[in-house]
Amino acid sequence: METIRNFRRFCLDSLRLVVVGNRAYYGWVAFLLALMGLGIVAYLGQFQDGLIHTNMRDQVSWGFYIGNFTFLVGLAAAAIMLVIPAYVYEWKPIKEIAILGELLAISALVMCLGFVLVDIGRPDRFWHIMPLVGLLNFPSSLLAWDVIALNSYLLLNYVVATYLLYCAYTDRHYVKGFVYPLVFLSIPMAVSIHTVTAYLYNGLGARPYWNSAILAPRFLASAFCSGPAILLILLQILRKTTRLEIKDEAIFKIAELMAYTMGFNLFLTAAEAFKEFYTNSQDVVFIRYLYLGLRGHYTLVPFAWASVLCGLVAFLLFLVPKTRKNWVTLNIGCVLIYASVYIEKGMGLIIPGLTPDTLGEIYTYRPSLTEVGVASGIFALGFLVFTLMLKVAVPVMLGDFTMAGRPARSAAAA
Amino acid sequence: MSEAPKVPAAPPADDESQGVSRRSFLHTAGCAAVAAALTGCGHLSTEEFLQRNFRELDKKELGEIIARLEKEYTAKFHKKVTVAATPPMPGVVFGYALDLSRCIGCRRCVYACVKENNQSRIPQIQWIRVLQMDKEEGVSLLHADPYYDPPLVPQEGHFYMPVQCHQCKNPPCVKVCPVKATWQEPDGITVVDYNWCIGCRYCMAACPYGARRFNWGEPHLPPEEINPVTEYLGNRPRPKGVVEKCTFCIQRTRKGRYPACVEICPTGSRKFGNLLDPGSEIRYVIENKRVFLFKEELNTQPKFFYFYGV
Repeated sequence: METIRNFRRFCLDSLRLVVVGNRAYYGWVAFLLALMGLGIVAYLGQFQDGLIHTNMRDQVSWGFYIGNFTFLVGLAAAAIMLVIPAYVYEWKPIKEIAILGELLAISALVMCLGFVLVDIGRPDRFWHIMPLVGLLNFPSSLLAWDVIALNSYLLLNYVVATYLLYCAYTDRHYVKGFVYPLVFLSIPMAVSIHTVTAYLYNGLGARPYWNSAILAPRFLASAFCSGPAILLILLQILRKTTRLEIKDEAIFKIAELMAYTMGFNLFLTAAEAFKEFYTNSQDVVFIRYLYLGLRGHYTLVPFAWASVLCGLVAFLLFLVPKTRKNWVTLNIGCVLIYASVYIEKGMGLIIPGLTPDTLGEIYTYRPSLTEVGVASGIFALGFLVFTLMLKVAVPVMLGDFTMAGRPARSAAAA
Repeated sequence: MSEAPKVPAAPPADDESQGVSRRSFLHTAGCAAVAAALTGCGHLSTEEFLQRNFRELDKKELGEIIARLEKEYTAKFHKKVTVAATPPMPGVVFGYALDLSRCIGCRRCVYACVKENNQSRIPQIQWIRVLQMDKEEGVSLLHADPYYDPPLVPQEGHFYMPVQCHQCKNPPCVKVCPVKATWQEPDGITVVDYNWCIGCRYCMAACPYGARRFNWGEPHLPPEEINPVTEYLGNRPRPKGVVEKCTFCIQRTRKGRYPACVEICPTGSRKFGNLLDPGSEIRYVIENKRVFLFKEELNTQPKFFYFYGV
C-alpha cells in the first residue's frame, strides 16, 4: 500500500514538474505541439481519403513512413551503447547517464509505432495485429515478430527507467537483483529489434536489393553510429543547460566506440557495393539506381553520395584522437554521421529495394506534403515525449526531485 | 505472328502512378463522399469493426455478414447485388497457361477482368499488366514496357507478356501477412479477406509478380458498371485501404466457368483448367508444349505457366 501511495505521489509530482518551466521550455513545448497539430491536420486528410494523399503507389508501396520507421528502430537499439559500458563493465562515468539512453529508446519506439500506424491503410483494424486480441501470423510473418519485439523492448525500457527514477525519487537504492537482469536482457533485445526489422526486408526473394545476408549486420553497425551521435549532442546540451555533470571522458569514450562502429559500417557498405557491381548480374539495377542512376532516373544519386561522403568524413573525424576530442569537429562529425545514416537507413534502404519494381518499372517516388507533414508531427511527438521525460529525469538525477524535498525549487532549475 | 492482322489496342493504365490527378481525384472523392453519406457506408458500424477473420466465422456469423454486405452493396449500387461464399470443388486445383507466341497485346483481358471483378475505375486498378517486350531481348524486365500505346497491335519487333497473380503453390505473400488476411484455398487460389486486411502492404513487397493492388483511395465504381454476381473472397466491391488481387475469377471458376480473361482473349492464348484432371487442356499444354515458369529461381512454384504454342 505504501508503495502504491508513494508511486502515485511520484506520478503526480512528475506531472506537476512537467507543466512548470522557464520561457525556453514553454517555447520549445509550444513549438512541438504546433508541429504535432500540423501532423494531425495532415493525417486527417489521409485518414479521410486514404493513402492516396501520399505519393506511394503500387510500384513503390512503402516510402517515407517506413523509411523513418526503420531509421528510428536503429536509434532505439542504440541505447545499449550506454548500457553495455555502464552495467557490463561497471564504468561509472557512463553509468550515471545510462538512463538517458533508455529514455531515448522509449521516445524512438513511440515514433516507430507512430510511423507504422500512419502507414497502414486501415488504422481502424489496428487491433487485428495485436497479440491475443487479433490474429497474429506468428511465427510465419516477420512483421508479427517485429510487433512483439518492439513492444517488449518498449515495455522493458519503460519499466527499468521508471523504476530507477522512482527509486531515486524515494531516496532508496534500487534493488540490484531486479534491475540487473532486466538491463542485461535489454542488450540481446536491442539487438533483436534491429535484427528482426532487418529480416523483415531481408527474407523477400522478390526484392534482391534487400535479399543480402549482411543486411542485419549493416542495420546494427549503422544504428551504433547514429544513436550515439544524437546522445553525444544531447549530453552536451544537458550539461550546458542544467547542473548535470557529465564528464568529458564519458563523451570521449562513446566517441571512441563510435569510431569503430563507423569504420565497420563503411566496410559493410563497401562489401555490399563490391558484390553487386563486380558480379554485375541483372540484380545490379537496384544499387545502380541508388548510386549511379538508371535509364535516365537520377533522383536518389545525390543523396546516396552525400550519405557516403558524410559517413567517410565523420569516420575520419572520429578516428583521429585530436579531432575526436575537439568539440567543434566532434559535433560536426555527429551531425554528419547522423545525416549519413538517416539517408542510408531511411529512403536509401526502402526506395531502391522497390525500384525498379518487380516488373521492371521505374516509378519516381518523392514524399508528398502530407507525408512530410505527418512525419514531422510524429517526430514532434517523439521529441515531446523525450522532453517531458527529461524534465523529470534530470532533477531526479541531480537529487533535486525527491519525495522528502518536494519539487517546487527544482522546477526552475531544469 | 507479324503477318497476323493487327487489332486496335486498349489503352494502358492512366499514367506511371496508375493513379489520378489530384483535382480529378478530389472531384470524384467528393461525389463518392456524398454517395457514401447517403448510403450510410461511409462510417464504420460496430459489427464491421468487430468482425472476425473469414476463416474463424461459423456459418451463422458468415450468413449475417453476407446479408449485411448484400444490403449495403444493393443500396450503394441501386441494384440487387449478391455475395456468395462458394466453397472450393473437391479434387480440383486450378492451373493457367498463357501462349506467348499468340498473345498480341490488345489488353482485352485487362478490361474484361476489370469489368468482371468490379475493380475501382477511379483510381484505376487493374489486376493484369501486359508487358511489351523486345523480340531481340527475349523475356527481360529491363526491356519491358507496360505503357505501350500504339493505335494497332502487335507492333513490329515486339512480343507481349501479360502478368497477373501466378497463384503460387509456395506463396510469399501468404507467408508474410502479419494477420492471416490472405491464404491459399484448397483449390490453389490465393484469396484476401477484404474485411480483415489491415493494409500494411507487406504482401506487395513480397510478391515477385507485382500481382497485388492496393486501394490507395476510396474505390469508385459507377453503379451501372457493377457486376452484381459477387463472391465474398473474390469480386465483391472492396473498401479503401486494403489489398486485392486476381482470384482466377473465383466467382466463375468454382461454378465450372472460365475466367473472364480466358473467355475474352481473341487469340486463344489463354488456357485454364484442373491440374488434377489428366484429360484437361491445361495438362495437355504442360505435357506437350515447351512451358516455362516466370522467376522460377524464386521457388514460388506458380500454377501459371507460359508457353510457346507455335
